[in-house]
Amino acid sequence: MGTTHYTKDHEYVRVDGDVATFGITDYAQSQLGDVVFVEVPKVGAHLKQGAEAAVVESVKAASEVYAPVSGEVIEANSALEGTPAIVNEDPEGKGWFGKIKLSNKSELDALMNEADYKTYLSTL
Amino acid sequence: MTDPASAPTKRTPLYDLHVSLGARIVPFAGYDMPVQYPTGILTEHQWTRTEAGLFDVSHMGQCFLVGPDHATTARALETLIPADILNLKPGQQRYSQFLNAEGGILDDIMVTRSAVAEEDGTLMVVVNAGCKEQDFAHLAKHLPNTIKLILAPHRALLALQGPKAASVLARFAPDVASMQFMTALSTKIDGVPVHISRSGYSGEDGYEISIHQDKVRWLADRLLKESEVKPIGLGARDSLRLEAGLCLYGHDIDTTTSPVEAQIQWSIQKRRREEGGFPGFERVKRELADGPMRKRVGIKPEGRAPAREGTEIHDEIGNKIGVVTSGGFGPTLNGPCAMGYVDTAHAQIGRRISLIVRGTAMPAEITAMPFVPNRFYRG
Repeated sequence: MGTTHYTKDHEYVRVDGDVATFGITDYAQSQLGDVVFVEVPKVGAHLKQGAEAAVVESVKAASEVYAPVSGEVIEANSALEGTPAIVNEDPEGKGWFGKIKLSNKSELDALMNEADYKTYLSTL
Repeated sequence: MTDPASAPTKRTPLYDLHVSLGARIVPFAGYDMPVQYPTGILTEHQWTRTEAGLFDVSHMGQCFLVGPDHATTARALETLIPADILNLKPGQQRYSQFLNAEGGILDDIMVTRSAVAEEDGTLMVVVNAGCKEQDFAHLAKHLPNTIKLILAPHRALLALQGPKAASVLARFAPDVASMQFMTALSTKIDGVPVHISRSGYSGEDGYEISIHQDKVRWLADRLLKESEVKPIGLGARDSLRLEAGLCLYGHDIDTTTSPVEAQIQWSIQKRRREEGGFPGFERVKRELADGPMRKRVGIKPEGRAPAREGTEIHDEIGNKIGVVTSGGFGPTLNGPCAMGYVDTAHAQIGRRISLIVRGTAMPAEITAMPFVPNRFYRG
């Protein structure tokens, strides 16, 4: 069981050793509404923290998902391509987007922990 | 402040109802409108296709043109639109467009001839919310003195759409069951005057109900008590009309597009095509005879990725041939669909095209519209 960190753009990243699983938070999915398409990151791609990593589309609009940390994508959640609604049902569980091999663990220091993220949500 | 973005947004008489139902409110055409209720757009969309959805469309503009007799009023309005209004029967409704001198579309509208004999000479016109001030000014400027323009800001508008709409509304107003698509009548529900047309913007059978703003909450509450009726927001209204192949003003049609390019020339009846007498007739006549340079077409992406408004359309060798004007996910279609304009040479149904989505060419095909068959009531 790893530690979960959060970004201000409502991505989460769960760190286990040097592998980070990321996706969008429950708050993000509730704001988006019904998810109808996810473009998951490509395995082998090198993501930079804060750069576009994936796209999530609701009925209304497309939204970019930013990489919460830098590193190489080692796995993408291909289940989202056929069943994007998993993102609404279980965003921080089965609805993960990708797994990244961390290239710079210190980037995590800039992210929020769960308590800080909850406080942040209460200000929105 | 002249910045329209900072102008205070208006509210329809049903604003408090939307909030009490848990709607997410967004600004739309200067109004605070419900984009969705808690169950979400997909559920609302499917509900409208299988049951009956209640839409608040009170933001739309309603007005009456009142002249001495039908022919005088009809001829006056015909100077601004290309539809045959003269030959409308009492209680008949027609879709049309205000055109500019170049044949571009200023707005798309619904025109209804009053069904009431004592009101002969009265036309009811319903226009888009975002265009209503300019439309009313346009009418005021161009109508002759013999025609009175009466705005109806005190009237609210509800749409009840879906296969159960007829059986539900007939419980309140039995006359509506036998109405034909694109006809209207005036009646009373528990003594309250209502103007009802069998029309809508979902591709389903249904009605639009014009009622005084002080009574609309009462009627909405009563309709929502019926088990087949749920409130539907603007999000599902958009996905429903997209699947139905219907144009959204400001996106699929605007001042740069003509009715022929938009492929809505079915709304220009034979007499008007021959006689003209409306703004932009030269362009419409030429495009009807020679074909337009570009056409609005249906587009079916092959994969699951929606192509949104503004997406470039390319041919198989990478030349730009058009642009998407509306696109998204079709819940009934269970896949993406779009509409847009392409050069006429590439507009054949079945033509293979590419959509440039986030820099990648996605395969797609030109298709017939509607994407989901219309189910209008024609008796």
